[in-house]
Amino acid sequence: MSSIIEVRNVTKKYADEKVALADLSVNITAGEIIALLGPNGAGKTTLISIICGLTTLTAGNVFVDGLDIETDYRKARSLIGLVPQELVLEPFETVLGTVTLSRGLFGKSPDPELIKSILENLSLWDKRASPIRELSGGMKRRVLIAKALSHEPKILFLDEPTAGVDVDLRRDMWRLIKDLKASGVTVVLTTHYIEEAEEIADRIAVIDGGKILLIEDKSVLMERLGKKQLSIDLDKPLSRLPATLKELGIILENEGKKLIYNYNVDLSDSKISEILLAIRSEQIQINDVHTEQSSLEDIFIELVMEGQS
Amino acid sequence: MNLYAIKAIYVFEMARTFRTPLQSFASPVISTILYFVVFGSAIGNRMLPVGDVSYGAFIVPGLIMLTVMTQSVANASFGIYFPTFLGTIYEHLSAPISPFEMVAGYVGASATKSVVVGFIILAVSFLFVSLKIEHLIVAVLFLIMTAFCFSLLGFILGLWAKNFEQLSFVPTLIITPLVFLGGSFYSIDMLPSTWQVVSMFNPAMYLISGFRWAFFGVSEVPIQFSFLAVILFAGLFVSVIGYMFKTGYRLRN
Repeated sequence: MSSIIEVRNVTKKYADEKVALADLSVNITAGEIIALLGPNGAGKTTLISIICGLTTLTAGNVFVDGLDIETDYRKARSLIGLVPQELVLEPFETVLGTVTLSRGLFGKSPDPELIKSILENLSLWDKRASPIRELSGGMKRRVLIAKALSHEPKILFLDEPTAGVDVDLRRDMWRLIKDLKASGVTVVLTTHYIEEAEEIADRIAVIDGGKILLIEDKSVLMERLGKKQLSIDLDKPLSRLPATLKELGIILENEGKKLIYNYNVDLSDSKISEILLAIRSEQIQINDVHTEQSSLEDIFIELVMEGQS
Repeated sequence: MNLYAIKAIYVFEMARTFRTPLQSFASPVISTILYFVVFGSAIGNRMLPVGDVSYGAFIVPGLIMLTVMTQSVANASFGIYFPTFLGTIYEHLSAPISPFEMVAGYVGASATKSVVVGFIILAVSFLFVSLKIEHLIVAVLFLIMTAFCFSLLGFILGLWAKNFEQLSFVPTLIITPLVFLGGSFYSIDMLPSTWQVVSMFNPAMYLISGFRWAFFGVSEVPIQFSFLAVILFAGLFVSVIGYMFKTGYRLRN
């Protein structure tokens, strides 16, 4: 798949000398959903702001569909829709008025039918004549999405799309993002909800300190870095761990009632068979066996901690 | 050229005007009527004519200019300040719009509103005084040019202002005094000679004088000077706006 966004060695230094992005490079593939994951102040919003034209870059280049965002800004920006993190809308304007404005700003001729279908898809058509101040928070967020989609962008940026929204709306939002991907739109979202990245992203980029710490397919990432844990609940507590089990890397927990074995998902050298045989030969009675795979959150925390140290 | 963007901003700004007709149209008209009642009828009856023009008629161009200048600054400054204050400016900055298109939309809408208000005041003034406009086309042209010029100034103010206090500071403490002291209600000839010289440094005086010439054929300074003044101010304001956009002034980090 070809890159639709190429960020090449971008550095952003603010007037107070704070470095928000440090020689950052990333390619975003056409048609994918990529999640930029990172703690507050990591540089996620700065990166989005630079690509969308809200912030100037100090060094480097950004290309959108092969177009330089500085020299070819008109064509480049017309391909992009942006849903900001804050609910920034004119409170006295109507839903229809503000969405119509957005399409015009992006240089597209009026298309009332298209605007109608966008508003219908987002369950906003009934509210088209309502002033924005009368809408709920969830509706306002949908208005922002409608505005961003009004000029039929090829790339949609969503900055923390589900920050502060309830569970139902979050699920709606995820469905919407998946629908957009199905229609061929590339989606770039920032989030610090790991669950969100895990749920909808094809690829995940972890950013911290203005640098990409890692960028990987979600499944590969989970597999490569995911840890698994085998827990064996015992019928009777053991006073000490038999040497055969100790040699296999088992540890004893929960006052001798639980055996724990940690292993990597992708490693073919897991010793589960030997462990089970050893347990049998030691005549240890088992109550229950279960495994757990570490979540993206664990991976994320590990990466960020490593990055900071 | 992104004409759709200019139109979108223009239509959006005009819609705001029509959402608040009292603030947009009624309030400048009412304050102008008060000026007519106080300066035109009450005090004006005791004032000597200025040249061949009755005092009531003499103040009409000044009143229109007073309102057009202050309204232009207020409209344009609010127009661009409000989106920056709310944060909705993100959309303009991320859209394929050049600074020229953005200024054209905001300044165009602001100037349109001021010109409409100017015409309303002119219509109202016919109720109070008998009036004949000697150079109608020049009057209209001058009105439009002044409205654009001061809307450009308002746009600069709206970009510059960090808060609502600063937004009202310039119109209240700078524009209004300049316009009042620029001969809205008197001829510069009526002043002592020192103040006549001081008035020559007041940019608003050239505009009021020019507009008054279009009405009565008499003015403090030749009409060419007045046109030159409008063009110079507009050029200056356009340059400042160009510089602000080039440096990303308070818009882009």
